[in-house]
Amino acid sequence: MALLSFERKYRVRGGTLIGGDLFDFWVGPFYVGFFGVTTAFFALLGTALIVWGAAIGPTWNLWQINIAPPDISYGLALAPMREGGLWQVITVCAIGAFVSWALREVEICRKLGIGYHVPFAFSVAIFAYVTLVVIRPVLMGAWGHAFPYGILSHLDWVSNVGYQYLHFHYNPAHMIAVSFFFFTTLALALHGGAILSTANPPDGELVKGAEHENTFFRDLQGYSVGALGIHRVGLFLALSAGFWSAVCIVISGPFWTRGWPEWWNWWLQLPIWN
Amino acid sequence: MKRLNVNLPGLPVRVTVACAAAALLLAGCELPRPEVEQVGYRGTGMVQVDNPRAVKKLAAANQVPESLPRVEPAGPLAGEIYQNVQVLGDLTVPEFTRVMQAMTAWVSPEQGCQYCHAGAELSSDAVYAKKVSRTMLRMTRHINTTWEPHVRGTGVTCYTCHRGQNVPVNTWSQDPRLDKARGLAARDTGQNHPASAVAYASLPADPFSTFLVADNAIRVVGTKALPHGNATGTKDAEKTYGLMMHISQSLGVNCTFCHNTRSMAAWDQSSPQRTTAFYGIRMVRDLNVNYVVPTAEWLPANRLGPAGDVPKVNCATCHQGANKPLLGVSMYQDYPELGAPRPPPPAPEPVPAEGAEAPIT
Repeated sequence: MALLSFERKYRVRGGTLIGGDLFDFWVGPFYVGFFGVTTAFFALLGTALIVWGAAIGPTWNLWQINIAPPDISYGLALAPMREGGLWQVITVCAIGAFVSWALREVEICRKLGIGYHVPFAFSVAIFAYVTLVVIRPVLMGAWGHAFPYGILSHLDWVSNVGYQYLHFHYNPAHMIAVSFFFFTTLALALHGGAILSTANPPDGELVKGAEHENTFFRDLQGYSVGALGIHRVGLFLALSAGFWSAVCIVISGPFWTRGWPEWWNWWLQLPIWN
Repeated sequence: MKRLNVNLPGLPVRVTVACAAAALLLAGCELPRPEVEQVGYRGTGMVQVDNPRAVKKLAAANQVPESLPRVEPAGPLAGEIYQNVQVLGDLTVPEFTRVMQAMTAWVSPEQGCQYCHAGAELSSDAVYAKKVSRTMLRMTRHINTTWEPHVRGTGVTCYTCHRGQNVPVNTWSQDPRLDKARGLAARDTGQNHPASAVAYASLPADPFSTFLVADNAIRVVGTKALPHGNATGTKDAEKTYGLMMHISQSLGVNCTFCHNTRSMAAWDQSSPQRTTAFYGIRMVRDLNVNYVVPTAEWLPANRLGPAGDVPKVNCATCHQGANKPLLGVSMYQDYPELGAPRPPPPAPEPVPAEGAEAPIT
């Protein structure tokens, strides 16, 4: 059912990648599609397996439930369910659900005839996850290098993996990623502020538009990126944050085994002053 | 408004620039696959990560020299035959000679006996190096007999540190340049000097004076959730982290070798190796205070550091990049003479007088 009376006309047939007309329908406000079915399948199976993992584990405390990857001695092989195999199946379910969701977004884009910006953006998040649980473990030679599924346990993993390289803040890609994370919040705050300030004039005045927004930033910093441009900038900043996060972890281990502070010795050894 | 025209260079130039940038980025890196060892429960991230090429290099640098053939512990004692034998007098002459030969190979293979002994007068203490070796022999025996919690049964010999050098390669002395800041600051408390001692972090580059000579508390974490009664500050924490970086660097391990970093302080979450390290820190302090620093009184000036203090021991002195010195091979097993002094042989039993009654047992 459409939320608005004029919404129905956008519910057009076609645009599916797989399944033709078979799953081309809506359930309430949700488009289903083949990938809606696979999303539901993987998400439900994965969640059920997590609940099973909690049931065979030592605690029902939500913070402490932990489903850990196999021992490193299993390498890239399958492990018994209770010794990390469960983590492996849940990982397959998670990737299945995430990728299905992205492809469902693609189908909706095709129906509407719009660009693929949203599924592309989501793909960067999936890429970061896949980097953590597939690409880096494969480069390191064992699934055991991936992070465990648990609220506190995954934070403990982050801490220890950071300390594997003595001081993670010296990781150059981590520096870039953190800078993008900060910059993306700054850009969002500036943009949100600009829109709200022009859309909320004092009583009795008309709502202002793009010219006021542009003038504000031209006066402030000499340049306004513009109404469309700020969204390009925002997308670039946010995706860069996720992308460089993936880079900063995939280089830690596969491409650098020592402390990150020591990596910067190339700077000390530049022939300019050395 | 006129559109900004940017002339991008042609494709070949762009490809070359991209390749050069990629090469530059990769030049600072290593290649997969690293050598790994899991040291904690699965999924905790307690893993040692090493470059297999570095591991090979380390193995090559830690080849143990062949031990001299053992000799029968028979014959007169060195202390009775030779003059001025103050430490190894309990050895028999053949044992004593064997240890002297081994020491020469370990410490002064190029200079030979003359590095310590003044000509043919072997009992003379004229050469300062002889007094150093005497102190070091006392120290070695002290380590092997009282620091079992750190050196276990592996023990140490002169070679553990010396490796064929007169002075071990890894020692530390105070650096007078450290406390002078560059720029406008008056001093920088020894920070921001890219020093291998702290694995090139910005931490204070001399954690040694604070912890390995002076007996300062290393723990900075409070014992309560809120900082009640915990008087330690950021600077204390930085010194502690400096020492920890040194331990990592010297042993070729990362922080998770000893700590589950979710709580650095909690002993019940740490690996057993942390206990060994705990005793190691105290052992080094004992050696510096009681054996190394006192030699300042008579060491020649050219053997002292730039601030005039003696080159001292830290973790790297023995470990040299290996978490077990010489990768755990015990040379001490072949030179037990460097352990506890042998008790003097029992005096010959008095022959019971004729006809005396045997004691009732």
